Amino acid sequence: MSQVLISIYRYNPEQDSKPRMQNLEVEAPGDRDLMVLDVLELAKAKDPSITYRRSCREGVCGSDGMNINGVNGLACITPLSKAAGPARKLVLRPLPGLPVIRDLVVDLSQFYEQFEKIKPWLINDEPPPAIERLQSPEEREKLDGLYECILCACCTTSCPSFWWNPDKFVGPAGLLQSYRFLADSRDEATAERLAELDDPFSVFRCRGIMNCVSVCPKGLNPTRAIGKIRNMLVEQGT
Amino acid sequence: MSGFRQISFDAIIVGGGGAGMRAALQLSQSGFRTAVLSKVFPTRSHTVSAQGGITCAIASADPEDDWRWHMYDTVKGSDYIGDQDAIEYMCMEGPQTVYELEHMGLPFSRTANGRIYQRPFGGQSKNFGKGGQAARTCAAADRTGHALLHALYQGNLKNDTVFLNEWYVIDLVVNQDGAVSGVTAVNIEDGEVCFVAAAATVLATGGAGRIYASTTNALINTGDGVAMCLRAGFPAQDMEMWQFHPTGIHGAGTLVTEGCRGEGGYLINRDGERFMERYAPNAKDLAGRDVVARAMVLEVLEGRGCGEQGDHVMLKLDHLGADVLNSKLPGILELSRTFAHVDPIREPIPVVPTCHYMMGGIPTNIHGQALTRNEAGEDEAVPGLFAAGEAACVSVHGANRLGGNSLLDLVVFGRAAGKHIDELLQQGMQARQAAPEDVDRALSRLRRLDTSSEGENTAALREELQSIMQLHFGVFRTGEFMREGIAKLEALKPRIENSHLADKSATFNTARIEALELENLFAVAEATAIAAEGRDESRGAHARDDFRERDDDNWLCHSLYFPEKRKIGKREVNFRPNVVDTFQPKARTY
Repeated sequence: MSQVLISIYRYNPEQDSKPRMQNLEVEAPGDRDLMVLDVLELAKAKDPSITYRRSCREGVCGSDGMNINGVNGLACITPLSKAAGPARKLVLRPLPGLPVIRDLVVDLSQFYEQFEKIKPWLINDEPPPAIERLQSPEEREKLDGLYECILCACCTTSCPSFWWNPDKFVGPAGLLQSYRFLADSRDEATAERLAELDDPFSVFRCRGIMNCVSVCPKGLNPTRAIGKIRNMLVEQGT
Repeated sequence: MSGFRQISFDAIIVGGGGAGMRAALQLSQSGFRTAVLSKVFPTRSHTVSAQGGITCAIASADPEDDWRWHMYDTVKGSDYIGDQDAIEYMCMEGPQTVYELEHMGLPFSRTANGRIYQRPFGGQSKNFGKGGQAARTCAAADRTGHALLHALYQGNLKNDTVFLNEWYVIDLVVNQDGAVSGVTAVNIEDGEVCFVAAAATVLATGGAGRIYASTTNALINTGDGVAMCLRAGFPAQDMEMWQFHPTGIHGAGTLVTEGCRGEGGYLINRDGERFMERYAPNAKDLAGRDVVARAMVLEVLEGRGCGEQGDHVMLKLDHLGADVLNSKLPGILELSRTFAHVDPIREPIPVVPTCHYMMGGIPTNIHGQALTRNEAGEDEAVPGLFAAGEAACVSVHGANRLGGNSLLDLVVFGRAAGKHIDELLQQGMQARQAAPEDVDRALSRLRRLDTSSEGENTAALREELQSIMQLHFGVFRTGEFMREGIAKLEALKPRIENSHLADKSATFNTARIEALELENLFAVAEATAIAAEGRDESRGAHARDDFRERDDDNWLCHSLYFPEKRKIGKREVNFRPNVVDTFQPKARTY
């Protein structure tokens, strides 16, 4: 067993007038590298009032995005050794820039609203064939790096442009999904989709800071997708 | 209890996974006011973790493929206690259901001619077992569940389904006629308690793998729907049948898809021997999951396990080459590097059979109607109650599910339940009235927790429950050892019934949710234990050391667990498909 020090952001609106950091020590098995979520579960066994979201515990559901020692990531696939370093001290805060509901749980409404704004569904009004719509492997390959998004919000909440304009800038996750449909050979709403993005804020607030790319737990590249949308908008404008 | 709000819908779906969202989609498309109540945002549901694919005869990999062959495989895989009317319906409706998903946008992988890519999976054959290995599992790389769940969520957004996300359903509201009027639920964010009334209540709450210590299942898989039925006095079917997936990552429990073996990977023991050749000379590593899991355990027990403790075997993939692994199994590379600290391009993955899937559940007919037993011992639909997906037992999986059949089950029977409810609503089905005391009863366990002043806390009790199940009700079972397990569960029961919730706050109180979930885990575990002890034969996933043979004279039937008597009875298997001839039971070899 070895000691892990955790500093957790605590805020329960029923009890606290303002947030505070709570320091805890947890005994962790020394024989393997735990994930940050494992450490949180040990902490919660000691203090059941510690609050966070979690589900799949394998990095595919996107529930446990949080700020881990200053960097957004998924607690379940971030190894303790990587996050805490040799000092074995974890600092856990909620994803930045969104209202906190309690402890590490943020209100994701704005994030989801921006996602819904881009019409995240396939639009094709032609009557479908009796079998599947055909798509070549090359056409399908264009969706790789896009469809894998798990909506964890790590990217969008690390983006200064989103912090500044969360109501008007779609943000990296929403734009990645927008391009996922723009790039799909089966989707017929390209013009309509672009028209809805063609304003100074929705896309063009992206300043290429690339925080989204460095934090994405799935290794996706929203900045590149935003660049492609930008090009499509510019081409369409000429 | 006073002061709860009532909300009403035409239909409510409990659970936002594949089955729930497919049912909701059907009803929203027809314009009915439909709400999905999900304890997590829908794309966090466990369907997201399905990897390898969805099996059905779309005849892409093999133009001659036939849904009847898929049906044969599924009946055989079930060890002959899958209901043949339901399996026939699933295999026949499968292709249309998969095309609908594709039309909705699901990004399937593709073949050179633009069709959906299909890969071989365990237990698949051509020509009724006589034509060799089939490739029938439709895949979106190794992220099919993720792609499917997101496509369904997108479809529901498009069709204006109401989502009550992060709402936790406490219990069914059953009126004096035994009809279901809706559910009681708590909005997790602010703690508000509501009675959600509807003409139809669909339980699509998924599995309960968290009754075991080692499981591939998400932390949210706590058997909520099955437990609600048991508390309401409705029976559960085939609860002894739990699938142990051959390839969970050793130590972490994370799933490694059967698609790895479908793409050509195989298992080796400490001597580097491909041992499945001895256990299943024809299908080898693609035999039924129960067969492979037992072979792995036997290798370990006989001293041929890998690692310092000799407690696992290895899954070898490196011979497939980096290109195949990167394009077909990218998620597996990620998971192996993260959780097993190995790179499958160069070295094998340490794996061990891990609790994966609940074949049993709420008995239903093919329209998703939940069934109970009347006093004459006949099946009877529970008015207002439906179930689909892993929570239900329709039963297409019988004693052992084939890989790729769970996603198919979800969408086929989610859709079937939706269609049937649609018809009933068109015919004027109304919500059944509930009296205040009916709602009150469905709030009693919440009230107990909220007024508890002493008792043990959830985490330690849950861990105890999980180790009892892991030890006494695992891959191999014996009567005496199971009876010991049942005695331990009996001792644990009052401690869970008197557990203590220290934190009474209303805002996002996950301690309260976990305490409620623990009661559900216990209810499912108890049903599992009693059903497992009762079935004195070996069939499919249920392997008894003290009854090693399949006993068709006594047990070619479902078990039905009655919660009030805490005993099992028997229920007939359906051997009457509508279109094809019955598949008669025979010895099951691979």
